[in-house]
Amino acid sequence: MVPGLFVGFGVLLVATAVMVILHRNPVTSALFLVLSFCSLAGIYLLLQAEFLGMVQIIVYAGAIMVLFLFVIMYLNLQHDVETGAQIAVRRGIGWMVGALLLLFGALLVHRGWAPGPVTPAPAEPAVGNAVAIGRVLYSRFLFPFEITSVLLLVAMVGAIVLAKSRTAPNDSEAA
Amino acid sequence: MIPIGWTLALSAVLFCIGVVGVLVRRNALVIFMSIELMLNAANLAFVAFARQMNSLDGQVFVFFVMTVAAAEVAVGLAIIVNVFRLRETVFVDEINLLKG
Repeated sequence: MVPGLFVGFGVLLVATAVMVILHRNPVTSALFLVLSFCSLAGIYLLLQAEFLGMVQIIVYAGAIMVLFLFVIMYLNLQHDVETGAQIAVRRGIGWMVGALLLLFGALLVHRGWAPGPVTPAPAEPAVGNAVAIGRVLYSRFLFPFEITSVLLLVAMVGAIVLAKSRTAPNDSEAA
Repeated sequence: MIPIGWTLALSAVLFCIGVVGVLVRRNALVIFMSIELMLNAANLAFVAFARQMNSLDGQVFVFFVMTVAAAEVAVGLAIIVNVFRLRETVFVDEINLLKG
């Protein structure tokens, strides 16, 4: 049951990811990316990371992709124009590099990792995954967690400053 | 339990798709989406190893990676919007002011 689901989600994930990079229309790419994030969330559930699966759907498929779609709509993008010899050469090089990287990855995975402390299937945790993650996050990782809030604040200020319209400087002076 | 090799192979395939997307596409937004694919491939590897090691640290790290990804997307999309205002394009090979 679980391996079957894993293969199903994995095939869906790879297929939608390929469609993301192949499709000409950026909106369609973004929607395929949403689908691939949802299948990744399914894989997280199978790997007993329930909290991350939910966060994946809420943050990635919900927030981040909506941001992408809004920007695509705002810029009113047409289909990509992908013609010409230079682009064909670059595309060929890109696929070759990707294939080499895949080969390298296959070698690494095939070699077999030092499995590390393979503990037998963990005893069913008495508390849920979210509770356990919260305990770790607010104790051992408290400082990085607080730094994260500063990072988000900086990103928010930076995004607002960057995206602010500069076409009418006189208005801001008057205001 | 799913063998860790399967998950790592899936993560490697996803990462390679992201690399190809960055190299092949010209649209800055699609390149950004490919970067998101690579980040998610790394996250998948983290979750797989967290499961293998029976430890929650990997999952906490994925949580931080997601935060960084959200910040990166917000700033990056703002930059793309700005570039579009200045140059009327999002195709990366037409944004070549720094070319010598």
